[in-house]
Amino acid sequence: MNQILTSLIEALKLITSLDREVYMIILLSLIVSISSTTIAALGAIPTGIFIGSREFKGKKILVRLINTFMGIPPVVAGLVVYMILSRKGPLGFLDILFTPVAMIIAQVLIIFPIVTGLIISAVKSKVKIIWETGKGIGLGDGKILRLLFHECRYPIISAIIAGYGRAISEVGAITLVGGNIQFRTRVMTTAIVLETGKGNFDIALALGIILLSISFVINYFAHHIQEKR
Amino acid sequence: MFIKKSWISKLSILLLISLLIFSFTACSNKANETTEEPKQVTEENNTPEDNTAGDKEITLATTTSVNDSGLMDYLTPMFEKETGYTLDVVSQGTGQALQTGRDGNADVLLIHAKADEEKFVEEGYGLERVEIMYNYFVIVGPSDNPAKIAEGDTAADGFKKIADTKSTFVSRGDESGTHKKELKIWEANSIKPEGDWYMSAGKGMGDVLQMASEEGAYTITDKATYLSMKDKLELDIIVGESDDLMNQYTVIQANPDKLEGINKEGADAYLKWITSDEVLAKIGEFGKEEYGDALFSINYQGK
Repeated sequence: MNQILTSLIEALKLITSLDREVYMIILLSLIVSISSTTIAALGAIPTGIFIGSREFKGKKILVRLINTFMGIPPVVAGLVVYMILSRKGPLGFLDILFTPVAMIIAQVLIIFPIVTGLIISAVKSKVKIIWETGKGIGLGDGKILRLLFHECRYPIISAIIAGYGRAISEVGAITLVGGNIQFRTRVMTTAIVLETGKGNFDIALALGIILLSISFVINYFAHHIQEKR
Repeated sequence: MFIKKSWISKLSILLLISLLIFSFTACSNKANETTEEPKQVTEENNTPEDNTAGDKEITLATTTSVNDSGLMDYLTPMFEKETGYTLDVVSQGTGQALQTGRDGNADVLLIHAKADEEKFVEEGYGLERVEIMYNYFVIVGPSDNPAKIAEGDTAADGFKKIADTKSTFVSRGDESGTHKKELKIWEANSIKPEGDWYMSAGKGMGDVLQMASEEGAYTITDKATYLSMKDKLELDIIVGESDDLMNQYTVIQANPDKLEGINKEGADAYLKWITSDEVLAKIGEFGKEEYGDALFSINYQGK
C-alpha cells in the first residue's frame, strides 16, 4: 500500500517536473499510437463497411481470417515486422528498423484487424434494415451507403477507440521493432518495462498511472461524443 | 449426410467415454494422494532435525548474464540433488535483482556490480561479499572496424576512438552490471556519451547484440552471451581481455537480521556448496566443451 502511495506522489512529481525525457516519452507514445490508429482506421473503415455490407465469394473465410488476426499476439506481429525490416529482410534497404516508423507499422498490423472486425459486425447488424428502407424510399446505392455509414458512426468510433487502446498499451511488438532507444523510440510501456527491470518500481508505477490517466481522458471524450447523439 | 452424422455421434461417444475414464483415474489419483499426505506429515513431525532445518526452499536472485550463459541450469540440479534443497533462480537485471534483495524476496544473490554490492552490504541488506569467479567483458563491433580500434588497445582507448569517430554504439541503458561497467569506462575517459551515434537501448544483452549487429554498431558485452549468439551476429571481438574489462561475480547472502523470512540455513548451505573445491572446479570448466573456451575463471579466496 505504502509503495502505491509513494508511486502516486512520484507520478505527480514526474508530470510536474517538466523533465524533457518524460515528456518526450509521453509525446512519442501519443504520436505512435495516434498515427497507427489513424492509418488503421483509414483502411479499416472502407474495408469493414465493404465486407460487412456485401455478399461475395470467400466472404466467410475472409471474416474468419480477420477474426483470427484480431487476436494476433503483438510479439508475433512485431517479429514479422522485424524480419521484414531487418537488414537481411526484404525491406532492409529502407533502414527503418528501430525507428518510430517501424513501431507504427507493427501497431497497424495489430489493430487493423481489430478495427475492421468490429466494424464488420456493426455494419452486418444494420445493413439489412438500412438497405430495405433505403430502397423503399427510393434512394440510390451511393446514398444508401452514406446512410449506412451515418447509422454506424458510433460503433465505428467505438471500434477505433478499441484499436487505440490496444495500440497505446502495447509493449511486445514495439520493443522488438523500436528497440526502446532513449530519446528516439522509448515510449511509456517500454519505459515501464525498463524501470521495472532496474528495480525502480515507483517510477514504473508512476508511468503506469500517467498512461491510465491518458486512457481515461480519451475514453471520457469518446463517451461524451457517443452520449451526444 | 447420415453416414457422416453417425460417425460424428460415434466419435463423440468415444470422446465422452475417454473423458469419463480420464476423470475417474484423476479422481482415484487424488484419493491416493489424500490418503498418503497425512502419513508424510506425521513422519516429518517425528523427526526433530526437520523441524530445526525448517524451509527447504531457497530463492536466488541473479543477473540475466549468469543465467543466459547456462551456468545456473548446469549448477542448480546438482545443488538440489546433493543438498536436498529446492532452488528457485530468479534471473533479472542487476538493478532489479538488488531490489528483490532489498524487498526480502531473495535469500542469496549472485551478481556483478561492485559499487552497488558494497552499498547493498553497507545498508545492512546483505552479509559480506564473497568473490567467486570472474570473466572479461569484450567490446564487439562490425568487422570493418570504422573506429580503427587497434589490437592491444584498452577498453578506454577503444571507447575514445568510438566517440572521436562518432561510430554508432549501442548501450544497454538498463542499469545492468554490463551497463554500469560501460558507464565507468566512459567516465574514465571523461567522455559524456551523447548524440546521434550513441543509442541507449534499455534492453537485455541478447537484444542489444542483435541491435548492434543490425546497425553495424559497437557494443560492450559479456563474453558468454556473445559466444552463444556469435553465429547469428555480424560482430567480431574488437577488444578482448583488457584489464579494464574484468567482470567480478559475487555471492551475497541476504541479512536475516534486517529482512524478514530469510532462509539463513539455506543460504549458508548454498554458499558452502558453491565454494567447495569440486563445484569451483566445475564452474572453471564450464563452457569449454560448448564454446571451446571456459566462460568463467575462479578467484575465490576463502572466507
